[in-house]
Amino acid sequence: MAERRFDDSCAELSVRERARLASLIATDDRKKNNTFGLHCVFSLPRKKTYETLTTQIAAEQPRYPSLTPRLPSAHAFEREIFEFFGIEPVGHPDLRGLLLHEDWPRGVHPLRKDFSQGTKPERTQGEIFRFQKVEGEGVFEIPVGPVHAGIIEPGHFRFSVAGEPIINLEIRLGYVHKGIEKLAEGRDPLQAVDLAERISGDAAFAHSLAFSQAVEQVALVPPPPRAQSLRVIFAELERLYNHLGDIAGIATDVGFSFGAAQMLLLRERVLQSNQRLVGHRLLRGVNIPGGIRREPQGGALQGLNDFLSWLELEYVCVERLYRDTDSLMDRVEGAGILARQVAEDLGGVGPSVRASGVDEDLRRDHPYGLYNELKFAVPVLDEGDVAARMLVKMAEFKQSLALIRQVLATLPDGPCSIPVKIIPGSGMGWAESSRGEILHWLRIDSDGRIERLKVKSPSFSNWPLLPWAVKDNIVPDFPLINKSFNLSYSGNDR
Amino acid sequence: MFSLLKRNLQTGRVTIPVEAGVEAEYELVGTRLKETIARLLGGRSLHIREVDAGSCNGCELEITALSNPVYDVERFGVHFVASPRHADVLLVTGPVTRQMQAALLKTYEATPEPRFVIASGDCAIDCGVYAGSCAVSGRVEDFIPVDVKIHGCPPAPLALLRGLLATVERLPLEICHTTRHEKTP
Ligand code: SF4
Repeated sequence: MAERRFDDSCAELSVRERARLASLIATDDRKKNNTFGLHCVFSLPRKKTYETLTTQIAAEQPRYPSLTPRLPSAHAFEREIFEFFGIEPVGHPDLRGLLLHEDWPRGVHPLRKDFSQGTKPERTQGEIFRFQKVEGEGVFEIPVGPVHAGIIEPGHFRFSVAGEPIINLEIRLGYVHKGIEKLAEGRDPLQAVDLAERISGDAAFAHSLAFSQAVEQVALVPPPPRAQSLRVIFAELERLYNHLGDIAGIATDVGFSFGAAQMLLLRERVLQSNQRLVGHRLLRGVNIPGGIRREPQGGALQGLNDFLSWLELEYVCVERLYRDTDSLMDRVEGAGILARQVAEDLGGVGPSVRASGVDEDLRRDHPYGLYNELKFAVPVLDEGDVAARMLVKMAEFKQSLALIRQVLATLPDGPCSIPVKIIPGSGMGWAESSRGEILHWLRIDSDGRIERLKVKSPSFSNWPLLPWAVKDNIVPDFPLINKSFNLSYSGNDR
Repeated sequence: MFSLLKRNLQTGRVTIPVEAGVEAEYELVGTRLKETIARLLGGRSLHIREVDAGSCNGCELEITALSNPVYDVERFGVHFVASPRHADVLLVTGPVTRQMQAALLKTYEATPEPRFVIASGDCAIDCGVYAGSCAVSGRVEDFIPVDVKIHGCPPAPLALLRGLLATVERLPLEICHTTRHEKTP
């Protein structure tokens, strides 16, 4: 009997289990068996597991039937693999460059093993990137970026508009691509946490957590209970400051600066509290495979308890202020609606899709660390507009506060970390960051070095949602809608 | 809104252990910064254009924090502008990625002379953890002249403010005497 085609198996699994494509990973195994590996990771929330389907692709003919026609969520992953490995997804609708721009020489694939670390290929005169064209009377294009007016990361937006409404938005990223996955290769996993913390600055802890858990899975060492507890505290603190910033950003974009200032004040207090706890405002230098390397000193944890009580009182007032401000609520309601079907088809994650009725949260559905033992709700709304995204974050904020309190009340004593002996193998670590699912897929070679690290950031999953959410909205509402997703460019580009 | 204002007035602002030391120091540096800007720039503010040349966004997070109600850097006469054409100073973050190199150069060229460049954050200074990557072109000073460096990963608001003070104290006289910026907000 002929072997089943990989795309059939993937499509079938996704339908049968209502599985979400979480990541697609290529590996260069030519040295070992003259093939490339393709690993398709699905999230099966109902079974609380991830399932990985793997296939091998002959090195002489690096091509396979594209998954995208039946699994639209594979679109960007396959483009990336085409670029970085030179493996062609046959039948893919769009193989233009994704992260590497036109002056990167064609045929040079940086994640192949024969591309040695540190090579800087000459710039070439590549083909000009062709944006999608919308034609018709009265349709015109507005290009924006990569450098924007505000203090934000670089990326290019190309709007096609007819009058005010946006007919089409194409987003081109890759400007801050830093080759992090390649850079990780050959490193001692214990020395690579610094890199993981710098995939997306505002998700430093969540990325270091996913990475550390991947290493721990390979090494088969669970961190000690105290470390598990502290990790929940830090992860939720990161969510607190990010959600405060996101909510403030929405207020800023509708001109509600008093409200924005109030939220930003609270956010600053959380950052300062982080500094007092572990000596870094963004919680860097805290995680390490095996546990926590920087433990809160002295009365810092008691101080945290008092701080949280203060924060909650203040926050509740500010939230009420938001809900009572018609000029804010009128603008956000009905703006930038993301349909649930789109969110699911494109594999969106995190609060952005929980506001469109997609009920998935890794802390509950793929519990890691201590989350299994904790009580919390996963707020979900159906409207899918800017208001819903804001309200979901508001609700999550309160859940996070409660989570930290629960953990503080039962914080066990004992060591904060245990030594990790690196052994060869592969593993996966994940974390629900403030933007959603982070997935680190890791393979360690026989020398105990990283052979492959694939980082799936929530922004990589969610950038494709944005064009759908802005469709038919007017251009002046774009900043607001964009802000309500608040995606990371660096996390996407890596 | 009024209930919140009323409550704030009743309870006073500070009921938690704020970073008293840091904030007091920030005020001191800020006052000096304000005086220096007033003395040297003759009544106008210092115009800064921020450029992310490949950062992880941690640097941006802290630069944005400069505008929050605790630090509120505008009161010292520091203004972040939307276009390099209005800028005295470029505040550059991140290692210069291969794909931002051209945009950085364009931004620099669009900044009218005399211009001043701050490399902000360890990455801007020496590529930080990204050194040696195939996708990173180099340090900021490999492409444009750098006048002041602010260390940190990321530099916290106080460090940024100190860097701004150092910048203002070293501004070339021509910047101080130019008035072309007054027409911009
Ligand atoms: S200096 Fe640190 S915070 Fe700034 S861009 Fe580099 S890694 Fe990110």
